[in-house]
Amino acid sequence: MDAIQNTALVNYCIALGDDSLTLGHRLSEWCSKGPFLEEDLALSNVALDFIGRARMFYAHAAELEGRGRSEDDIAYLRDCREYRNFLINELPNGDFGFTMARQLMVDVYDTGFFTGLMQSAEPQLAAIAAKAVKESRYHLRRSEEWIKRLGDGTGESHARVQNAFNQLWGYAAEMFEMTADEQLLLEAGIAVDRAGLQSDWDAKMHAVLEESTLDIPAADWTIGGGREGRHSEHLGYLLAELQFLQRAYPGQEW
Amino acid sequence: MTETSSPTDARLATFEEKVANDQRIEPGDWMPDAFRKNVLRQMSQHAHSEVIGMQPEGNWITRAPSLYRKVVLLAKIQDEGGHGLYLYSAAETLGTSREEMVQALHEGKAKYASIFNYPSLTWADIGMIGWLVDGAAIVNQVSLQRTSYGPYSRAMVRICKEESFHQRQGYEATMKLAQGSAEQKAMAQDALDRWWWPSLMMFGPHDAESAHSGQSMKWKLKRESNDVLRQRFVDQTVPQAEFIGLKIPDPDLKWNEERGSYDFGEIDWDEFKRVIAGNGPCNRQRLQHHINARQEGQWVRDALRAYQRKRRTRDLPGDLPGNGGQR
Amino acid sequence: MKQQSRPLFEVFVRSKRGLDHRHVGSLHAEDPEQALEYARDVYLRRSEGVSLWVVRSTDITASLESDVDSFLDPMDDKDYRHATHYKLPDEVDNM
Repeated sequence: MDAIQNTALVNYCIALGDDSLTLGHRLSEWCSKGPFLEEDLALSNVALDFIGRARMFYAHAAELEGRGRSEDDIAYLRDCREYRNFLINELPNGDFGFTMARQLMVDVYDTGFFTGLMQSAEPQLAAIAAKAVKESRYHLRRSEEWIKRLGDGTGESHARVQNAFNQLWGYAAEMFEMTADEQLLLEAGIAVDRAGLQSDWDAKMHAVLEESTLDIPAADWTIGGGREGRHSEHLGYLLAELQFLQRAYPGQEW
Repeated sequence: MTETSSPTDARLATFEEKVANDQRIEPGDWMPDAFRKNVLRQMSQHAHSEVIGMQPEGNWITRAPSLYRKVVLLAKIQDEGGHGLYLYSAAETLGTSREEMVQALHEGKAKYASIFNYPSLTWADIGMIGWLVDGAAIVNQVSLQRTSYGPYSRAMVRICKEESFHQRQGYEATMKLAQGSAEQKAMAQDALDRWWWPSLMMFGPHDAESAHSGQSMKWKLKRESNDVLRQRFVDQTVPQAEFIGLKIPDPDLKWNEERGSYDFGEIDWDEFKRVIAGNGPCNRQRLQHHINARQEGQWVRDALRAYQRKRRTRDLPGDLPGNGGQR
Repeated sequence: MKQQSRPLFEVFVRSKRGLDHRHVGSLHAEDPEQALEYARDVYLRRSEGVSLWVVRSTDITASLESDVDSFLDPMDDKDYRHATHYKLPDEVDNM
């Protein structure tokens, strides 16, 4: 593997780690605030899956990079503009309906993405993907079930979750836009062709929303830029919390 | 209904014989009304403690200093929620629903462990909660594995098995600080100074002043007294503090050769009473957090019920069948 | 305000292949499918099982303590149902 490709691969792993960490962070915020105790525990399990995934991607990035950084250096010592996650993952939780609507959109995407990544020519990525895809299938079962129940529940739950999808819909587009780095890795059989995931994603989302008696939101707006480090204002606060101790007490071990 | 008014002599004798022979009392068994009330009070208080206890630690999930510490902390807090659930489940065998228990909590009729009314101010508090608070809880819970009410006893066995990692992770996190920079060590000492006495208070009043203790001991709901358990906790914890070079904030603490135990100073019982009465630093905040979560989840729970009702009328008369357990 | 509870389900876990399902506790859920999902999060956080059953608590019919005399005790005088009842020569003691 040449240096250019290696750098691209490091960035690829970091971006995947960022997706996992930011959403894991949001999900962890639900701890002790769930709508009932059983769901509280379930949400924490999903959060743990995402944070665990982030650790695997960062650790792999650190190893490939070979500059002596640790998974924590990557997570804790980069600023907003260096984060590469999709914006949808960093948005605040909103109500439970918003959290679950976002989760469905991500879970449908993840299931397709990690199924593809299992075929990666890079063995460690394929191994992480094999673990992640099992988790994502379970997450999807949950979020799909929740959207059906909320969509076809009460008038209020229907309105809340419909509004959530309306607010979120335009954030989906960037999940299917390839970066130059990725294009390079795709040619080497390492990366997933994300553009190719869109039609399955559309079909699945349409099917679930329809069954949930929800309308497909108008697709007349998109917001992206996460993979280039152009974020919402929310990420700064997320990082301020996440990184507080490492920033306040630099260089310490915990 | 009172115990004495009913023709219970034979049943009472059977009940007392079971207790005397260390047999467990099971949900369908006849039991004195006062026993039922006592065990329900103890279990619901224990369940509420686990669930309210999620808050001070939850306060640091998003700020944990490494991804490793973050997953450990989140898994640990999730366990506490799970333990609350096991205990609600055990308590529900007595015919009181979890909803009713939570309602009593919100109305201030049910209590939870006072320790959770103290704030977690620094990262060192997280280590301290694991090491001291879970440590104290485990001393109590190990003893309760032999409690006379079957479902409670079984929940305790399960909980003790899972909690063994909780105290260890707390001690490990504290050790890391104690062996770290001067700032980190000071952070750990400060946390120990704040959490030590409230941890000793977790065992409750002295035996002579404990309102429920006597009867609970007689029924073997409690197996060992407050003071015995507190002493055990002190004896096991002091050497752990010494090992990592932290100082227990008690000038009266010293080894008593004759007793083979540590002597220690008197708890500030005024503070104990103040916090129990609802006036600790975080009582109002903790309860309000729980009430808010409950209220904000109301529309979600309503939606579940509405969906279920629709599905029943739409798909099938009555309940949907299972799959026969696929035995 | 008294709130209506979601139904209670009893949870049974088969801890490994070859063993019976064992009762481990209960949880609340709206329906059996949801109960099964939550049983995983509540009772199998440490891979404690390979199979789960959930059943509505109200669907369980239990024997009563007050019936024990007539219902269960009569079984305790039938030694001949137990292997130890039969004294065999030492030479065949592993039967």
